[in-house]
Amino acid sequence: MKVDLKEVEEACKELYIRALKLLPPDIKDGFKRLDATETDATGKAILGTMIRNIKVAEENQNLLCQDTGIPIYNVTIGSDVEVDGYKLKQAIVKGCERATQEHPLRSSVVHPVTRKNQHTSSGRRVPVINLDFVEDSETLSIEMIPKGSGSENNSWLKMAVPADGIDAVKTFVVDCVLDAGGKTCPPTIVGVGVGGTADLCVHLSKIAATRPLGSHCEDPEGARLEAELSSAVNQLGVGPQGLGGDSTSFAVHVETAATHITMNPVAVNMQCHSARRARATFTPKGLSYGF
Amino acid sequence: MAHYDFNMPIGEADARRLELNDTVTLNGTLYGIRDATQIHMFDRGRTTRFDMKGHAVVHTAPNVKWVGETAAHPSGYAPICIGTTTSARMERFTRPLMEQYGVRIIIGKGGLSEGSSDAFRDVGGVYLAIVGGAAALETTWVEQIEEVDLDDLNPESLWKFRVKGFGPLLVSMDSRGGSLYTQVNNAARDKRAAALASLGVKAS
Ligand code: SF4
Repeated sequence: MKVDLKEVEEACKELYIRALKLLPPDIKDGFKRLDATETDATGKAILGTMIRNIKVAEENQNLLCQDTGIPIYNVTIGSDVEVDGYKLKQAIVKGCERATQEHPLRSSVVHPVTRKNQHTSSGRRVPVINLDFVEDSETLSIEMIPKGSGSENNSWLKMAVPADGIDAVKTFVVDCVLDAGGKTCPPTIVGVGVGGTADLCVHLSKIAATRPLGSHCEDPEGARLEAELSSAVNQLGVGPQGLGGDSTSFAVHVETAATHITMNPVAVNMQCHSARRARATFTPKGLSYGF
Repeated sequence: MAHYDFNMPIGEADARRLELNDTVTLNGTLYGIRDATQIHMFDRGRTTRFDMKGHAVVHTAPNVKWVGETAAHPSGYAPICIGTTTSARMERFTRPLMEQYGVRIIIGKGGLSEGSSDAFRDVGGVYLAIVGGAAALETTWVEQIEEVDLDDLNPESLWKFRVKGFGPLLVSMDSRGGSLYTQVNNAARDKRAAALASLGVKAS
């Protein structure tokens, strides 16, 4: 399949706007599940406001949250897809910039030293573009994630040592949830990276935090940790917005990677209740949008 | 637990009357303020022409659209999506906002710390919690962007909104040193050992 880059640019513009306006169905289901079991009155009222906000955003075709985040595009290219990688990246950046200027959206991106805002949601190395490749497929898939700062500012890495064992990982996750309190706009998805190098570990925590609810770690050890940690963090009573309640997190997600004999790294990245993402899929049959 | 409807501005006694878990709805003027706005006002010597005495500020940087100055949009900006950001980053500006500008109410999400609690007690003010991330709903409470100052910092300008039925917002820090965040946080830390035990870990 040959990719039409003009179409990719248009889709990358559309994806940013769609992601900001439509919450994926798995997150909506997550809200229903929490709302049905929340026992704290304040927590219940806050969940109610969040659920109402999802409806108002749909009715008014408005953004769910004002934070347009740092734009991330996760691209998966099938081996039977023909595309110029450099031009593909250019098309993604262009689409992101056009979404910002044409909708218009608040550009939340500044230079880290001068703090200058180009008002395009882009800048040096931003949007973040991650590339992956899959075999035997004529499919190009682009996932867009506007990563809000309230949750991103609560990111942690600990280079624990092997002698601390898996207990260090578990303790670290619980302590991060306590430290985050209401700052991450709970209920959250707590993303945990276990293993790898320092940078891979942090990257895994982001993949985990932005995975759909109901999905599980492919590594059975990771999946076991997910189940244990999900129930543990919801015993803390941090609750929606950190104002108390049972609904601290929709789930804890874990991703693992092999690591060094001397290392035991753990990273935590959180996704807030505005757990936004959108996906465009290009196949020989055409372009379709989903989550 | 009482509910109050305020037409802004308010006086010290109004702020001091509020207790934790009361709710408040605002009408009239509301100022929008953010990290860069306050860095420039308090670290870089810039000033504003706005009179914020007795007023409320919300921690925000809105999505707006430039439409040109008209009667409906006197600032030239139409609101698109107005929401609230994490307050904790702006902790150190609470006291100067209150002492130098007379601000009585800070609206935000996630709460502020002890320094702000002290300022609320010393000067007479409160923190009202809004539901973070519920911006589509919050936008429906904003009638107009009346004026804007320090707009070279856009979107972190100093915004003057006119609001109607802005709330209900929860009094989560009062002027008596009370803070729901501290209460919840302490209770959560008390449950840490049990949560770790459920994971087979002995708390250290
Ligand atoms: S943490 Fe999420 S929901 Fe909260 S303000 Fe930021 S992007 Fe919005």
